[in-house]
Amino acid sequence: MIDKVKFARQFIEAIPHASALGLELTEIGDGRAVITMPYSDHLIGDPETGVIHGGAVSAMMDTCCGAAVMSHPSAPGATATIDLRIDYMRAATPGQRLTTTADCYHVTRNVAFVRVFTVDDDTDRPVATAAGAFTVEQR
Amino acid sequence: MARSRPEPVQVVKQRRDAALRALVTGVPYARFLGVDFDRRGDELTGVMNFNEKLIGNPFLPALHGGATAAFLEVTAIITLGWSQLWPDIETGALDPKEMAVGNLPRLPKTIDFTVDYLRSGLPRDAYARATVSRSGRRYASVHVAAWQDHHDKLFAQATGHFLMPQPAAAPDRGA
Repeated sequence: MIDKVKFARQFIEAIPHASALGLELTEIGDGRAVITMPYSDHLIGDPETGVIHGGAVSAMMDTCCGAAVMSHPSAPGATATIDLRIDYMRAATPGQRLTTTADCYHVTRNVAFVRVFTVDDDTDRPVATAAGAFTVEQR
Repeated sequence: MARSRPEPVQVVKQRRDAALRALVTGVPYARFLGVDFDRRGDELTGVMNFNEKLIGNPFLPALHGGATAAFLEVTAIITLGWSQLWPDIETGALDPKEMAVGNLPRLPKTIDFTVDYLRSGLPRDAYARATVSRSGRRYASVHVAAWQDHHDKLFAQATGHFLMPQPAAAPDRGA
């Protein structure tokens, strides 16, 4: 299990865009993945408030969904996003690390369905949620 | 009454380009992605200049889906904000010099954003254009399409809803 996490972590870190965002995989297995993203100045969308751009949150959630799909027991070899719908509930609090949790709740022969949500330090109020469909590449 | 002479072309261009530059460089995340905008009149085209750090699958290689989503969202927000500010830029009510020193108008906020991935993004520049389908006082609906080599071969498209920035507290209307 530890090895699986280690492998997945290295896999995520090998993705240039994921490492540019500073993404860190903290949990993975059975179709579930948790990724964190530290607050950083270059991710700011509104310089006046220092709030992170929605696009950075989308990129983080997209990566987390992909990781969840690949960790599903009926594990596909690889995956790509078909569609992702993101809902923004509130601005992420400036200075705080974001944590996103993805759940791949159903996999068919060709499509994997994923739900994901993101929080900051206030874990009771989501910053954003998303639902997506991903391809299932046969090995 | 004689019509006033139209402004010289370079004055108009300079004002519009300065306003656009201030608007885009005011978003640090757009700089991180390497996104800038081409302008023809009021029409904007977002350009995401290729960079190694935009890669999501090093084996193909392909652009990261998240980078694509972010590019579409940046294009949607800037285009929507631009269309709302355009009249004030034209009349001079908005001063690009003020904008350049950080006195930027508020941009719309994303409510939701749905991305359709049509084909994998190639490791080269990407372009996107947004259309404001409806822009009301509070909400707006925007569609955005992105392509690389062929304009008619989109690699991603998206639709999003946005909350429009509200004007500063309504001035005192008197008793």
